[in-house]
Amino acid sequence: MPNARGLAGFNPRHLLSIADLNRLDIEMLLELGETYLDLSVQKDSKNSVLAGKTLINLFFENSTRTEKSFELAGRRLGADVINMAIAQSSVAKGETLLDTAATLNAMNPDLLVIRHGASGAPALLAQKVSCAVINAGDGMHEHPTQALLDALCLRQAVQEDGGQLDGLRIAICGDILHSRVARSNVQLLNILGCEVRLIGPPTLLPADADRWGVDVFHDMKTGLEGCDAIMMLRLQLERMGGTFIPSKREYFHFYGLDRAKLAYAKPDALVMHPGPMNRGVEISSDIADDPDISLITKQVEAGVAMRMAILHALSLRGDRA
Amino acid sequence: MNTLALRGARLIDPESGLDERGDLLIQDGKIAALGKHIFDTGLSDDIQTIDADGLILAPGLIDMRVVTGEPGAEHKETLASAGLAAAAGGVTSMVVMPQTNPVIDDISLVNYIRQRGHETSPVRVYSAGALTKGLKSQRMTELGLMAQAGAVMFSNGENPITDTRLMRRIMAYSSTFNALIAHRAIDPYLTEGACAHESDFSSRLGLSAAPALSERIMAERDLALVELTGARYLLDLVSSEDTLPAIQRAKARDLDVSASVSINHLALNELDIGDYRSFAKLDPPLRAESDRTALLRAVNDGTIDVIVSAHDPRPAGEKRRPFSEASSGAVGLELLLSAGLTLIADGQLDLTAFLRAVTCNPADLLGLEQGRLRIGAPADIVLIDQHKPWMCDVGKLRSISRNTPFDERHMQGKTAMTICNGKIVFDSAVN
Repeated sequence: MPNARGLAGFNPRHLLSIADLNRLDIEMLLELGETYLDLSVQKDSKNSVLAGKTLINLFFENSTRTEKSFELAGRRLGADVINMAIAQSSVAKGETLLDTAATLNAMNPDLLVIRHGASGAPALLAQKVSCAVINAGDGMHEHPTQALLDALCLRQAVQEDGGQLDGLRIAICGDILHSRVARSNVQLLNILGCEVRLIGPPTLLPADADRWGVDVFHDMKTGLEGCDAIMMLRLQLERMGGTFIPSKREYFHFYGLDRAKLAYAKPDALVMHPGPMNRGVEISSDIADDPDISLITKQVEAGVAMRMAILHALSLRGDRA
Repeated sequence: MNTLALRGARLIDPESGLDERGDLLIQDGKIAALGKHIFDTGLSDDIQTIDADGLILAPGLIDMRVVTGEPGAEHKETLASAGLAAAAGGVTSMVVMPQTNPVIDDISLVNYIRQRGHETSPVRVYSAGALTKGLKSQRMTELGLMAQAGAVMFSNGENPITDTRLMRRIMAYSSTFNALIAHRAIDPYLTEGACAHESDFSSRLGLSAAPALSERIMAERDLALVELTGARYLLDLVSSEDTLPAIQRAKARDLDVSASVSINHLALNELDIGDYRSFAKLDPPLRAESDRTALLRAVNDGTIDVIVSAHDPRPAGEKRRPFSEASSGAVGLELLLSAGLTLIADGQLDLTAFLRAVTCNPADLLGLEQGRLRIGAPADIVLIDQHKPWMCDVGKLRSISRNTPFDERHMQGKTAMTICNGKIVFDSAVN
């Protein structure tokens, strides 16, 4: 069992937003995540931090990697994991969500992981249940565990240079308007001292994004200049009402990451994508599949480790409450 | 070396304010020299020399709003016939609107127009790309790719984009490419079924009419969106006095806003539809005399940046109909310059303001090098016989369609010679 004494100062009860965490919390989580990256630690059957505890995965939106990642993380820590996939059609009304919350609360879970299509749904749920709530993505608001796993993954990638993210120039590119990943990452990377840039067409950037502590660019050439890492985002066609861009062809031409655009960044720049990818729309396959550049598979690996650390930390915090 | 000397002209460059008697030398399609004493050391005999004594020498006109029938309706007008009309009218660059069949809403059409223009037209042809697919005001077109392919501006033809959210996104998206968005400001609910300007006159004629403020309402919306998005916006074909204060306000706030007006709306008013003269049926409709004079003032003071021909060829069969059933539009490539010069001769329009609005202003908006007399600039030149009296005879127009409200009008001032890319494309002594 990894040494969790470092977590004594970890205070957040829930993980709803990156704003719930201070820099120390984040460092603690990332360090614990690093120990869980070691598969022998991860798969140690004697590691039963969550033995006797119940983790409920409550997914109102379809998910493959996030749900399975939480499930695996919970099981590897010895928890009883229940997956509740709730059809999208029965979602949406606040009252229904609160009814669900009351029902779940009666089952006395210890950890509740929720993904919901409405921004703020996890926060509403957190008010009504007595366990720790983890936001696994809410609408266009936040996806804090993704941001943490991205940071963990980046730290691993720059380990030779000290493993610190301070001062790195990181571009987040594409459909930022609809992206909860971007909103969490902007906050987290800012806390960790990175220089964050947002690149995308004006129609896919939130109004006043320049007030987020980032530099905003509308073309890849100037935006990617000198970047150490590039986070590509999925074009979220399912969240788009009306046309934000003329066509996938034009989008790829101006904003899709190919070798020519990658060359604008630093020579050894790293490429990330939270998945699932639209190959040929926001990223070309040869970059996505190039193990020297792409961290995309490593992001999935880091996902399980990071979520083990998060469950571990929140569970200890719950024990103290 | 292809060399041409123009001697003894009144050189007018509206961009620099140059207005003096002098000569101009063209070499290899570019302006090589201009001014008073450039030939003082003598000219070798093998250089072709044109005596331009008594003529104005100005940059060739740039007409930002030309509708042709190519592709799709070549019986109305082709790029070749429009090019001949343009050359005769002193127009050396024309921008064709996207309302063709198929619509210019794709890079292949942009390429097609450039190629056909190059092959068949004596003057330069540029294309405006459509703002929405099929001009249906539903889906944004590939603005960025079309701009890269050479579309110099974007327009939705005569159809206003009523979906405000779509217009916002088009403006926001296009601002990345610094694309020029031209839009006809029309409230389509107010103008539905109307064929005339709402006034005492049209109501006596019993014509269904729309109020002038149908233009202002949409213009105000567009200008508010420009403020939100930072788009580069051209208010296309202003026709009403009511709209002008909105443009002035926007310009005073440093928005990237410009406005165009058709020569028809500077020269004619609603009375010209007289006995249901469908050849004077236009879109926007001819308005009150007070609108016309206000538009002239707006050109003179720079509120309106660009004058266009609004060339819109229509076969006689579409025009010779009861007023409400006739189609709107008039040809104008060949008459833009003369109609302007006639207004100048009447003291209604300022010569420099007029020339600016048909040369350097459109050139600046479109990002073109021509449109000015400057060493190294493309040799697109018009020689103008400023005071020549003549009468417009539709039978002699070079367009395939000859629908014009100026038939039998007395005009003052005419193109003497047109030079495009260093080559003489029209010579009144020959053509």
